Amino acid sequence: MKKLIIVLMIALPLGAIAQEKTNKNTKASFEVSGNCEMCKKRIEKAAFSVKGVKLASWDIPTNIISVIHDPNKATVESIHDAIARVGHDTSLVKAETEVYDKLPMCCLYDRDKIQ
Amino acid sequence: MKYIVTILMSAFSFLTFAQETLEGTILTKEGTQDLPLPGASIYWLGTQNGTTSNEEGQFSLALQKSTDQLIISYLGFETDTIQIQNQKRITHFLISSYAESLDEVTINQRRKAIQKSYLEAQNIVNVNSAELLKAACCNLSESFETNPSIDVNFSDALTGTKQIKMLGLTSPYLLITEENIPMVRGASQAYGLTFTPGTWIESIQITKGSGSVANGFESIAGQINTEIKKPFSDVPLFINLFTSANGRQEVNLQGNQKWNDKWSTGLFLHANQRNQAMDRNGDAFLDVPLAKQVNFLNRWQYTDPNKGWVSFASFRWMNDSKQIGALGYNPRLDRNSNSIWGSEIQTNRIDASLKLGYVFPEIPFQSFGFQSAYSRHDQEAYYGPRVYEIDHESFYTNLLFNSIIGNTKNKFKAGLNITYDRYLETVDRFYFNRTDRSFGGFFEYSFDNLDNFSLVGGIRADIHNNLGTFITPRVHLRYLPNPKTILRASLGNGRKAANIFAENQTLFGTNRVISIIENGGSIYGLNPEKAWNYGISIRQLFNLGSGSGDITADYYITNFINQVVVDWEQKHQISFYNLEGPSRANSFQLSLDFALNNALNFRFAYKNYDVKTTYTSGFLQRPLQAQHRFFANAGWETERKSNGAQWRWDLTYHAIGAQRLVTTSRDPVGSFSPSYGLWNSQLTRALKTNFELYTGIENLGNYKQLNPIVGADDPFGADFDTAQVYAPIFGRMIYLGLRWNL
Repeated sequence: MKKLIIVLMIALPLGAIAQEKTNKNTKASFEVSGNCEMCKKRIEKAAFSVKGVKLASWDIPTNIISVIHDPNKATVESIHDAIARVGHDTSLVKAETEVYDKLPMCCLYDRDKIQ
Repeated sequence: MKYIVTILMSAFSFLTFAQETLEGTILTKEGTQDLPLPGASIYWLGTQNGTTSNEEGQFSLALQKSTDQLIISYLGFETDTIQIQNQKRITHFLISSYAESLDEVTINQRRKAIQKSYLEAQNIVNVNSAELLKAACCNLSESFETNPSIDVNFSDALTGTKQIKMLGLTSPYLLITEENIPMVRGASQAYGLTFTPGTWIESIQITKGSGSVANGFESIAGQINTEIKKPFSDVPLFINLFTSANGRQEVNLQGNQKWNDKWSTGLFLHANQRNQAMDRNGDAFLDVPLAKQVNFLNRWQYTDPNKGWVSFASFRWMNDSKQIGALGYNPRLDRNSNSIWGSEIQTNRIDASLKLGYVFPEIPFQSFGFQSAYSRHDQEAYYGPRVYEIDHESFYTNLLFNSIIGNTKNKFKAGLNITYDRYLETVDRFYFNRTDRSFGGFFEYSFDNLDNFSLVGGIRADIHNNLGTFITPRVHLRYLPNPKTILRASLGNGRKAANIFAENQTLFGTNRVISIIENGGSIYGLNPEKAWNYGISIRQLFNLGSGSGDITADYYITNFINQVVVDWEQKHQISFYNLEGPSRANSFQLSLDFALNNALNFRFAYKNYDVKTTYTSGFLQRPLQAQHRFFANAGWETERKSNGAQWRWDLTYHAIGAQRLVTTSRDPVGSFSPSYGLWNSQLTRALKTNFELYTGIENLGNYKQLNPIVGADDPFGADFDTAQVYAPIFGRMIYLGLRWNL
């Protein structure tokens, strides 16, 4: 039983150290237009393509992407850009029409929704 | 207990007080159950401040000054907007959106009772509580009757115990865990599965093939993990009564109390008994034992989703006694008799465990877990003139850290395990004492391209006082050439110390002479077992008309490098020796699942086993192993009425091919058992969402092995053998039960 306490004593301060470094794990969330499971894969892949993005999860019903990133390596703007490049409008950047037009049928979201 | 409290206190004192947050749980009703909805979106109206619910359906979200309107949405469910005034905590039920157009009738979006994995690299089958209800009775060993991945056999003619096999290998070659703590191992191999009552079980995960390295090196053919119901999400009070025509009665009382939004506790009580002596086949031996069991579990759960803590502390006590043998045997008078054969098996077991899990709130992809468990299993038994006693004390600790490399496409798990096992055994007039100590570390990397490929590669290194120092590698791959086809492959090894007596306890129900052909090894003079397992699997999803289904084919090979061979081949003898030559278990399974609509579904499986071992008498098919098995199951259920009323029915058929029999005075050289079929059926009537009656018949066709006991007329003679059982002993069995949630 004594061992347990020792283990906890070692393990818990680790948690405290990790929490101090939260600047390396900055959270962001913004809206990205899309419809379906296929969009989700494409959007998340695009977000992960930016170096420094640690977690990206896009929610279908709310159209909101939650991101954890290291701002020293990846700016929020660069994530917006990467997602727009694959054809999905974000709350900051609009995708190019040619790219949007090439999306599969189910992913052709309503473009008038944002802005 | 004092220590546990101290630990918890010291752990939680690290936490600071919460901000103004709203916490809650998102659930949906499915039948009588409240199921958590993971992945539901919860956000404040007109803002981008939101979150999603976790696996338990729980969420926490900072309160908003600008609005009190909270929106909860989930695909396939109606979106709800609710007003939050002073509540700190909400529990909200979402209703399936299909219900909108209908007035009286609510259709629940049905989750499949058996879910085969789609996303994981490992070949995992998840069995949820709806599927578990289909089992007639009553404990973990009987929970696999409707699952084609696991074969259920009869272990002997005395105890009525069912033995499970996967990929043609018996349970010692499986790692059986309870909430990821190794559970059925060592002393509990023979009866351990009967010590977990079925109503306690929330779900079962069955992994075919070598599985993860996180829980140790012992799994060879697969892993079975059981999740027990959690006090936080389980119903406040549950009552189950059961009675069967073979004289078995069961009572389950389960209560859960939420003290506040963080602490909850559960108290589970189980008792069963069988006090009618039955001998339907007229061999003057009891067909099923006279038995009593009391089983008690108390667990505490602490959950703080805001801070990322989850903790469980459990304590369990179990006492089981069985009397078997001749009809009319009286233990007090006939204990040392030379004329009347009887046996008693008494087991006392305690388990205590503590688990702590912490998810870093700012970086949810990083977490650590700690678990520690202690158990003591004390069995005293005699079988006629033979004695078998085992006292097994076990301690297990596991420390686990999860994080990512770069991003969440690349995850890793790293950890340490410490195990300690002390065995004290009495076998007839001999004593065997052994202590196993091991210390190991593991690292498991998983990659997922978020699309069609994933990989899990694990490696562990262990130092074991009796097994030596060794490395255990395991790899799993998953690839989807298209969204409806899933290919999997796995490769890995495992090893274990063979507890020859505990794993083959049926030998004491025989008068065979035990011989161990020692070769200087560390465990009973024998070397430990080691095997490689390779597997491939292909699964094709399809739609046909309004229905959907899948076809799965898999092939697994287990190759033993070393094995402790259990040799029943010589008359009047049982020998244990290390393998000299090849030993393998090849298994092929082809299965088809098809749901015609929400009301009707079918499941078919064909299995082929080629399990051969080198015995001193040659390279032979393992005895009592059917080469061919066929399984079919049909399930039907009506739509639930608004008050929850429903009918459910299911029918299962097992065909078991010929099994090789060893030579005895009953079975001449070269005998095979006849092939036979078994039918089971169950009917459930839900009167309300929280009250159900069920009845069923096992072995509808009344198929029985006529003379299960070899030499029953002379139980003290050399021919006596109760272990050569290939079919049910007890014929048709009718049962009746009720379930009530309060």
